[in-house]
Amino acid sequence: MAERRHLLDVDDLDREDMERVLDTARSFSEVLHRPIKKVPSLRGKTVVNLFYESSTRTRMSFEVAAKRLSADVLNFNVSTSSVEKGESFKDTALTLEAMGVDAVVVRHPVAGAPWLLRQWLQAAILNAGDGMHAHPTQALLDLFTMQERLGELQGRTIAFVGDILHSRVARSGIKACRAMGMKVLAVAPPTLLPPVALEGVVTGSDLDDVIPHCDVLYMLRIQMERQKEGRFPSLEEYTRLYQLNMQRLGKARPQVVVMHPGPMNRGVEIAAEVADAPHAAITAQVSAGVAIRMAVLFLLLGGSEGGEKVA
Amino acid sequence: MPELLIRNARIMDPFNELDEKMDVMISRGRIAALAKELPVQGRESIQAEGMVLAPGFLEIHAHLREPGKEDAETLESGLESALRGGYTAVCCMPNTDPPLDNAAIVEGIAAKARDLGLADLFPVGCISRRREGSELAEMALMHLSEAHVRAFSDDGSGVADSGLMRRAMEYVQAFDGLLISHAEEAALSRGGQINEGTVSTEMGLKGIPALAEEVMVARDLLLAEETGCRLHLAHLSTARSVRMLREAKERGVRVTAEVTPHHLLLSEMDIAGYDTVFKVNPPLRTPHDVRYLQEALADGTIDAIATDHAPHTIEDKEKEFDYAPFGVVGMESAFPVLYSELVLAGGLDPMRLIALLTSGPARVLGLQPPQYGAGIVEGARADLVIMDVENEWTLDAKRFASKGRNCPFHGRRVKGRIRCTLKNGGVAYRLAEAGSG
Ligand SMILES: [Zn+2]
Repeated sequence: MAERRHLLDVDDLDREDMERVLDTARSFSEVLHRPIKKVPSLRGKTVVNLFYESSTRTRMSFEVAAKRLSADVLNFNVSTSSVEKGESFKDTALTLEAMGVDAVVVRHPVAGAPWLLRQWLQAAILNAGDGMHAHPTQALLDLFTMQERLGELQGRTIAFVGDILHSRVARSGIKACRAMGMKVLAVAPPTLLPPVALEGVVTGSDLDDVIPHCDVLYMLRIQMERQKEGRFPSLEEYTRLYQLNMQRLGKARPQVVVMHPGPMNRGVEIAAEVADAPHAAITAQVSAGVAIRMAVLFLLLGGSEGGEKVA
Repeated sequence: MPELLIRNARIMDPFNELDEKMDVMISRGRIAALAKELPVQGRESIQAEGMVLAPGFLEIHAHLREPGKEDAETLESGLESALRGGYTAVCCMPNTDPPLDNAAIVEGIAAKARDLGLADLFPVGCISRRREGSELAEMALMHLSEAHVRAFSDDGSGVADSGLMRRAMEYVQAFDGLLISHAEEAALSRGGQINEGTVSTEMGLKGIPALAEEVMVARDLLLAEETGCRLHLAHLSTARSVRMLREAKERGVRVTAEVTPHHLLLSEMDIAGYDTVFKVNPPLRTPHDVRYLQEALADGTIDAIATDHAPHTIEDKEKEFDYAPFGVVGMESAFPVLYSELVLAGGLDPMRLIALLTSGPARVLGLQPPQYGAGIVEGARADLVIMDVENEWTLDAKRFASKGRNCPFHGRRVKGRIRCTLKNGGVAYRLAEAGSG
């Protein structure tokens, strides 16, 4: 991955690259447990968080990661409502280019936006989520979390449950899990499944059928607007059929890991008791987020070449 | 106007079923003589040995953007673009701003085009007032106007209201008008960016299902069958649409259809790197659809090739995928890409290709001489195109006469090039340097 300049989606990485990121993240997660949680690896480098969608959690996670590596961080938030009249995406990119930044972390509501940036910028591009397309650092932090809980992932089974159709978390997550040799299931009402089954994924619409066979239950956030679009009749009906509640958890394997990319709708896709149960790895995912983003920034910005000790 | 002699061209004229090597003498804007060997006698002459001479092409689906979006295209740049592509007549679509929905505005556009003296212009009028899909536009008045509008369309969007479409079909029969259907059921396509399927799923872009087109094709075929109205289906893109068209023709429905070069030659598999030049409506479909369209072109089910020429400014196209407008420019790339891919690589009869660019669209529109379509006979107006079918070159959208640069075939190596376009006997376009480019 040393020769790679960007992280746009997980298929930029082969399994070896992924293991490298995960290993690097593990050393960084030790840093995070020290009293002084900072290493000088990226001193003098500038990282811009270019966010066209408000996501405090993801932005903060990248910001913390960059600061722990001693990089300078600039936050550039563009509200989507002002996009139409405001500066064009290209002009914003050219401005960043002129400022000579080293990395741009981009979150954008339109799929493919990071691919445009890559054409216009010399800087490293990190995709922090583009439309319903990809969210590679989320996928990597999910692998990290699963490895912490389960050890070897080869042969394990994960079910993504909920709005697969609109989920960049699921799209990248599925690719990452498949690359690690996991069996991947997708469970949702047919109206929230992609029109064409994703490669190598077994799809279904009956959550109760699937639960006993899974090592990981990955609950996706359901957006209220999907009901208005007529993709399901009511939140009540959705909750009844697809919520992970204590009763359903009781049918799962004892060591099952429950995950969620956040922010959760407690009481909708996940019952509050489940979110707080020991099976849930949701806060572990948040900590993993910082370590993974440190690792990715470190590896992309050439922190590896000097043989500098990571931690 | 001086006399002009075109020597040794292979004349291919679908109007008169002529395919022969002859000399053509042009005098006072008309074809004065046609024979095996005409004397040069000091006349200006074009040596067209190894080239093809055909009637000027007719484009029945172009967006010339005037009025309202003159930074993207004007009548002048659009009609120049037509001449460079070998077209001597163009139908412009009415989804301008304001739309072409009344007699005064279509007359204004037609008069301006006449003054320009480039390619002929036949404006298409709106079906509905302001193209809003709720009330009928004054179609009879547009027909009776100087612009003599004979075809109507709300192109850019489908007519969602089936009742309005039915009444429009009934109404225009008073003057044998033609309705052109942009078949798109908005409830099925809204928010979509590319064809719904494997590629849209992989790219995380909202899909436009084939069904969005097919549902409205089915409806409009039923309405046309019931009312007896002449119906033309614009830019068909799916195999099932073509199947329904074929069945309707077999039942005797008065229906014709066009396909575009991009739907004939590109599929969703060609969309790479979120390049918005491939964002077009209807979207590029599957390779299966492409094959089906090509077969239907060869077997006569499809009546015409139209480019759906849709220029956009660079700023508008150079946006995030969802924010960029739909459309590609087409008139200057049509002949070379079609000739290269369908005739040379695909084995299509070259006469069939020329028919799809001339007599086919003329029949769709019901155009008769003297407006268009006398072909290459003595006394006919000399609206002609000379094609150098041996010229191999690289398409360069930056050199188009059109203001649009959004050509999905840019950079393609092609064989076949417009050498010269004659309008009213005059040289309206001539390739600057032989073999250049
Ligand atoms: Zn259209």
